[in-house]
Amino acid sequence: MDVYLPIAGLSVNALVIVALGGVVGLLTGMIGVGGGFLTTPILIFYGIPPAVAVASATTQITGTSVSGVLAHRRRKGVDYRMGGVIIVGGLLGALAGGGIFRLLQDMGQIDTAISILYVVLLGSIGVMMAKEAATALDIIRPRAGKKPPRRHNPLIASLPMRWRFYQSGLYISPLAPLLLGFGAGMLTVLLGVGGGFVLVPAMIYILGMSAQVVVGTSLLQILAVTAATTIIHATTTKSVDIVLAALLLLGSVIGAQLGARLAQKAKPELLRMFLAIIILAVAVRMAIGLGWRPEEIYTVQLL
Amino acid sequence: MRRGPARLLLIVALPFALGAAKPRLVPDVSENRIEIQYSFTGADLLLFGAILYPGGRVPTEQADIAVVVKGPLQPLVVREKKKVAGIWMNVESTRFRSAPSFYAVASSRPLGQLVDERAAAIYELGLQNLQLSPGPGQPADVQRRFEAGFVDLMQRRHVYVEDPHGVQITDGVLYRGRVTIPAQVPVGNYTAETFLIKDGRVIAGAVRDIRIEKRGFERFVAKAAVRWSLVYGLVAVALSLLFGWGAAVFFRRG
Repeated sequence: MDVYLPIAGLSVNALVIVALGGVVGLLTGMIGVGGGFLTTPILIFYGIPPAVAVASATTQITGTSVSGVLAHRRRKGVDYRMGGVIIVGGLLGALAGGGIFRLLQDMGQIDTAISILYVVLLGSIGVMMAKEAATALDIIRPRAGKKPPRRHNPLIASLPMRWRFYQSGLYISPLAPLLLGFGAGMLTVLLGVGGGFVLVPAMIYILGMSAQVVVGTSLLQILAVTAATTIIHATTTKSVDIVLAALLLLGSVIGAQLGARLAQKAKPELLRMFLAIIILAVAVRMAIGLGWRPEEIYTVQLL
Repeated sequence: MRRGPARLLLIVALPFALGAAKPRLVPDVSENRIEIQYSFTGADLLLFGAILYPGGRVPTEQADIAVVVKGPLQPLVVREKKKVAGIWMNVESTRFRSAPSFYAVASSRPLGQLVDERAAAIYELGLQNLQLSPGPGQPADVQRRFEAGFVDLMQRRHVYVEDPHGVQITDGVLYRGRVTIPAQVPVGNYTAETFLIKDGRVIAGAVRDIRIEKRGFERFVAKAAVRWSLVYGLVAVALSLLFGWGAAVFFRRG
């Protein structure tokens, strides 16, 4: 079933796009990542112009996170106070990211920068998560004599001006989540991702938030920042394709609901292992892509 | 069987052709307006017409026909990747001020056998003869390398096409050529040029305009994204919120 995308300016098979949305939605509901790190590269691979892919994937992530946030709110899995702080950081980060994006685009290095960022981020996070999940699943044993991991990072404990985050079970300075949100917001604009794959591990391993609120709170931040980013894209690059976003949404909101149900039945360690494997696979694929002679030596950018 | 209409056309056209010293072309295109709608996957364009010889006498030595369909010109940057420290990245770049967004040429014989280099350059016949107007300040061989790379890329995207046997001529009088317009072409004013070529020279030519535009819902969306971009963005966000909320409500009930 071919559908013409008015902004992307080409025809796509609607069922393929809906299916892609569905798979990404499943991940969102299960693990709390927006799935943009899968959607954007796949859309580009499918022939959608990169700018349109990034902008429309951002719009789709907004919708997926709504159903995720609603699902988690019913289980009291959202820390609004923590979420608010991270969102403020995220909005500032999105603005900064927009400036960097334009700079890199003018230099012609945006593609390489995106690939390197993906490899470094996904690679390190994937390894970290895989190790942790494997330990929890008793696949590998922690080295003897090693202290059990501290819940509270000394660096974060030393930051001034502590706030109480009851639902996260934390008494820490808001500067830490603010910076975290800033970084995630920058990634939203630069990579067309929600930033969940950075937020979720950072909330668990760096902030030490209680596991029940991590996914819901990360989704809340993603919801707010991707909504803002959609507006930024719509008014500056004008590359939000509403038809493409609607097709992706159709699949992903349903996938997200199913995923949230599955998440309650599956072991969280198993889910994290699953996510770690996907993240590592994308990282390896991108790393190979950087060193391999690309299919296209020449690229065209309209002025 | 095919002679019938050809003869008929000749008889009808005869009075007009009399007195003209040179042959004339009477060209037409199957569609002079291509409308892009929700299921647009491209269009087949038929360029056809008749060659009117003075006195209605078809010479024994047949002339050839080349048809060219050109899209709106665009300024662009072409970048070239090189391996730097183990990573393939963009190193050099060149600007082209007037690259056609679409270019298709179909001819009755390979262009190399039809025209000499000079005529090909004048009429921009063939992918080697596009006037891309490269930016200043680069040596000619570098520019040629970028041009070749660019044309090759566009060919593989099916927006630059050369079909050396894409035109059929019937009885030396009627011709028709087929050009496929892919779905990813930009909207705008296109031209369909027809050239009558003999002994390496273009002896007659004619141009028809074609307009490619979006229609209905697609046109509205494309227009809204540019004219009312803030509202468009808000609608996109509202749509995604509605989708997410709708699915949540639906699944709670179900």
